[in-house]
Amino acid sequence: MAVGLQSPAQATFWLVQGRTLFLMIPLLGTALFAYIVARRLTPLIRAQRDFRFDRPLTRLGRVFKFWLGQWKHPRYRFAGITHILIFAGFILLATRAFSLLIIGAFPNFVVPGLSGRAGHVYGLTTDYTATIVFLCMVVAVIRRLVFKPARYAVPARYGKGHPVDAIFLLALIAILMVADSLFAGAKAASNAQQGQAAELLAVFSLPWMLKNMLLSTAAAKLQGIYLAAYFTHEFTFFFLLCYRPFGIQFHVETSLFSIYFAKLDREILKPVRWGEENLDQVKSFGVKTFEDFTWKQMLDFYSCADCGRCSDRCPSNAVGRPLSPRFLSIKARDYAFQHYPVFAKLKNNNGTALVGSIYSDDEIWSCTTCGACEEECPLLVEYIDKIVDLRRGLIDDGNVPQSLQKPLKALESRGNPYGKLEKKRSEWAKAAEFQQVCRVKTLDQSNGADTLYFVDSITSYDDRMQSIGRATARILDHVGENFGILGGAEKDSGHEVRRFGEEMLFMALRDHNAKAINGSGVKRIVTADPHTYNALRHDYRNMPPVEHISQVIAREVKTGKIKFNPANEDCVYTYHDPCYLGRHNQIYDDPRDVLDAIPGLKRVEMKRSRDRSFCCGGGGLMLFYEPKEDQRMGVKRVQMAAEAGANVIVTACPFCMANIEDAIKVAGMEGKMSAIDLAELVDQQMAHSS
Amino acid sequence: MEILVCAKRVPDTSENEIQLNPAGNDIERDDLVYSINEADNYAVEEALQIVAKAGGSVTVATVGDEDDEEILRREMAMGANRGVLISDDAFHGSDGCGIARILKAFVQKGNYDLILTGVQAEDGAAQIGGMLAAMLEYPFASLVNSIELLDGKRLKICREIEGGNREVNEIDLPCVLSIQTGINEPRYVGMRGIRAVASVPIPTMRAADLGIDVGSVGEATAKVKRVDYFVPALGKGAEILQGNREANIDKVLELLEAKGGLR
Amino acid sequence: MPQIFCYVTHKNGTTDDAAAELAAAARKIDPAAFPAAILTGFGPALDAACSSLPGTFSEIWKVPNEALAYANAELIRKAVVKVLPPNSIVLLSHEHFGIDLAPGLSIKMNAAFVSDAVEIEGLEGSTLKLVRQEFGGQISAHVRCDISSGAVITIRPGAFKPLEAISTRTAVVEKSIEVGALTAGRRYRETIIAEVGDVDITKQNILVSVGRGIQDKDNVAIAEELAEVLGAAVSCSRPVVDAKWLLKSRQVGSSGKTVKPKVYLACGISGASQHLAGIKGGFLIAINKNRKAPIFQVADVGIVDDILEFLPELTSKVREMRTVSAK
Repeated sequence: MAVGLQSPAQATFWLVQGRTLFLMIPLLGTALFAYIVARRLTPLIRAQRDFRFDRPLTRLGRVFKFWLGQWKHPRYRFAGITHILIFAGFILLATRAFSLLIIGAFPNFVVPGLSGRAGHVYGLTTDYTATIVFLCMVVAVIRRLVFKPARYAVPARYGKGHPVDAIFLLALIAILMVADSLFAGAKAASNAQQGQAAELLAVFSLPWMLKNMLLSTAAAKLQGIYLAAYFTHEFTFFFLLCYRPFGIQFHVETSLFSIYFAKLDREILKPVRWGEENLDQVKSFGVKTFEDFTWKQMLDFYSCADCGRCSDRCPSNAVGRPLSPRFLSIKARDYAFQHYPVFAKLKNNNGTALVGSIYSDDEIWSCTTCGACEEECPLLVEYIDKIVDLRRGLIDDGNVPQSLQKPLKALESRGNPYGKLEKKRSEWAKAAEFQQVCRVKTLDQSNGADTLYFVDSITSYDDRMQSIGRATARILDHVGENFGILGGAEKDSGHEVRRFGEEMLFMALRDHNAKAINGSGVKRIVTADPHTYNALRHDYRNMPPVEHISQVIAREVKTGKIKFNPANEDCVYTYHDPCYLGRHNQIYDDPRDVLDAIPGLKRVEMKRSRDRSFCCGGGGLMLFYEPKEDQRMGVKRVQMAAEAGANVIVTACPFCMANIEDAIKVAGMEGKMSAIDLAELVDQQMAHSS
Repeated sequence: MEILVCAKRVPDTSENEIQLNPAGNDIERDDLVYSINEADNYAVEEALQIVAKAGGSVTVATVGDEDDEEILRREMAMGANRGVLISDDAFHGSDGCGIARILKAFVQKGNYDLILTGVQAEDGAAQIGGMLAAMLEYPFASLVNSIELLDGKRLKICREIEGGNREVNEIDLPCVLSIQTGINEPRYVGMRGIRAVASVPIPTMRAADLGIDVGSVGEATAKVKRVDYFVPALGKGAEILQGNREANIDKVLELLEAKGGLR
Repeated sequence: MPQIFCYVTHKNGTTDDAAAELAAAARKIDPAAFPAAILTGFGPALDAACSSLPGTFSEIWKVPNEALAYANAELIRKAVVKVLPPNSIVLLSHEHFGIDLAPGLSIKMNAAFVSDAVEIEGLEGSTLKLVRQEFGGQISAHVRCDISSGAVITIRPGAFKPLEAISTRTAVVEKSIEVGALTAGRRYRETIIAEVGDVDITKQNILVSVGRGIQDKDNVAIAEELAEVLGAAVSCSRPVVDAKWLLKSRQVGSSGKTVKPKVYLACGISGASQHLAGIKGGFLIAINKNRKAPIFQVADVGIVDDILEFLPELTSKVREMRTVSAK
């Protein structure tokens, strides 16, 4: 008579019956997990509010795209695909794993709907899945031990890495797969030995191979292996469950939430305090202690998988500034783990200042807010808001580098960071020779227009950038735009003022400009400065529609109002995507269409372009900051252009122009490389009808 | 430690171009941006740092008019505990000695361990600190670029002397020090701080409140008076090269060779 | 006409040009007489200093006292007030010692005080007419000073041409004060000598000096490159040190080093007096974007241009010159 294997439920493990044991382990494991999660949630309960519960359908859609769909992963091809396989594997195996756990107490349990044919199909699929996951684990371990991708490295100043932990976790998952496969394989082997109908195992899958290895194993040994495999699976499953919240693997649980609650309106900066309109009531601005973060920001720290993609793309990191976004998250996470431990008493969290302990001043001031980190992160961890919040805290405490104090003060007293007189703001348009070619009217009581050309500070006051202003004015004039400028009534848009944490100064500038704009009666706004564009579109409210000059040009090229003379044959052009036009506002094609419309223009694409564009060094107040770095970002960018085979860099942002022209000099590439603004190039190449 | 900082509101020279007005007798004041005298700001920061270590409070006072109140507010936004405006029509036209007399009367109404001023203001006179100290019979040190508390009664200070050298002195409290720029890194005063103190009352003290004999201050008793501003007729001055850049570079090279021994 | 005294500072038993400059200023006040010099100190150093004075004084008042061995302005004030006749006029040099002593002295003498005079126009009755500068030298002012009860005036170093000596022997008048009569609430402890730093700018033939006009810490490299090809060194004005773009050891000025190169290239330096006080000689070439910068008043040759463009081109030209000559 066929005896078969004794099920784990029926077997006895160290005097405890399987049924009981495998009821206790899940209960205890789950309870422990719940306790751990509750402890992990403690700081989130004390945290600042965050309004993330709106638009549930949109959020669900993003869960589908980014969580289920693993949308960002393939950006790093090899690791991405491996992760997709592992993730898909986990999803598929979930049901199998749960049913495995249940049969420890209820040996005859079958998942509803998975009896019969469906069950077979599922079984075969998951056999392969477990095998693939296992292989992925092997690949992952080899990758970490042998190939050591650069972005995993932990520079000494950020502390120690956790390589052993990483391998340990990968090994545990592998063990889980093996245990599962061994359990299935042993069962199948036993059935085969007994001559019973065997559960079909997928050919060449791990369970199948193990089954074949066990075919001639003695029944008693097989029984032992069977039970041991089961126990191992059970134990490892719950060990992992309870271990994950202690490291980066916590992202397995938190990723769903970090993606669901991720920011929907990319470009709207976090307010100083959610739900508090009257800032005079807010006692302390920004993030100074850990508890000043919002619950979602803390959730981000838990969710960071330490993959290093953000830092790999961070331009500050690339030039040796003390900033690495990855470590902003990991250090905060470690702080949370330390100050809100699971198994010890809560420390006296009397508000240690973060900057000065886990973060340094320079680290926080080094960020150009280019957004490369957020663009990469597969878990949609947000960085810019955190940097801005930390800066708000520093500003609130008066802890501002001297190099930034002067331009901030000038912005307050004169409305521009250079400290120049308001009445000289429109002098760029007043030069006699220019007036003859293009009259630029200043909007006031008697002078109105349909369109406002918002020039902003650098283009108004900087000798070099004024030519971008003139080129833009000539283009607008050429296409018959009825436009004007605000002149002395215009103040700095305040884009960087806000991003450097001086919220109230930003508001003063914004309110002043908004009043001037609304009072002017214009119906739309055009600007050649992407920072201005971003500010007017997202930081300001109730503004007329805003366009960047590249959009205007692209449109007028299509309508035929702008025609071009042939390009210079000796030049090879490459377009550098400004962060605030490209990545932040997704305007990639208009500038390129414009360039491609110039007959005979040779254009090449840099390796890092579009949403992977490499920041030139930053704009606004960043031009005044003195960072500690090994090299300038602009120099790296200019080298990238040379590598791509270009000798002219086209930009569409005055700050990019400032940084790149400077970098060309510093890199000693004068004569080999030059830079030109899109508006300047268009103005130069435009065919002017007589 | 009760610290008094005597401050002055001046046109901000780094953000303004000082020019003669069309009438030719004063500077053009229309577009000027005013702020606290830079050295005085360093003094307030130093006072705040001392008080942070030793306890006490910082008072900032200025002799002037309503317009000058804004600097007091700004320093209070920075952290000073008290701002006082010392104002009276009778004070107008006072020379440095007159101002020092007014401040002396103010100091004697209070109980200050340490009095700080900036080394000099926009007029470059560098006089108030020394005068005030002599009137009060307090010890004085100018060009101070470092302060250390020795005990409740003495300070160790460094003065900036020639060649970048520093003169170390011990000075008894109460004393008057004039503070040199660069002694510390003043903290940032944001809009928020300024708004927070926007409605804090700043008392005004008049001649009568201070017990000052109006006959001892003001224009009548001023021994030193500025008559006008002017731009001197340009003397010989430099020979300004008129060529284009290339020509100028060649000339510079020529001079470097001729005068500088460049080969 | 009250007696005019020139307070002369001395170091290591010697005096410098300041004494004769003060004498020149005194002559502008009273062209009919020569001022007296007044020196304080102790011992052989004081004696040597008195002997080293140029013959531009009617007499030399020597005030020796052990307490005055180190020039502590607080003590010196007490000493000087004891010996000076009432209503005297005292001239001092406007540098760190004068700034320390003069204001308090004027109060104790009950005299008028004017600082940093750059020109003395003359006396009209008991009103002295002088010229001062304000706003970092951007504008000048006519000043009137009532000297009827005396005056203490500090004179800008270098504003007056040193007076030529008239005699070789000047009488020394000894004015002693009771030992122990001098105490003060400020006591000198020691002098900390500035670190020499990697480069001694006082020993250079050519200096490429930068001011605020260099705009940025990174741009300092432009000056360094030029200095390198010229075999020169980079120095700077105070704001550059305050901004921490260069070390203090590179600062030229009244609170920095005094230099006497053969050629001084003032790049983006406005020309504040405190900086110029540190340049004691040499051919001054000024390059500045601002046509109206005060430096153009004192430079030998001036170029109105942007240093951020001019200097790199100059560097290239020098390099070119070098490669040509090397061939």
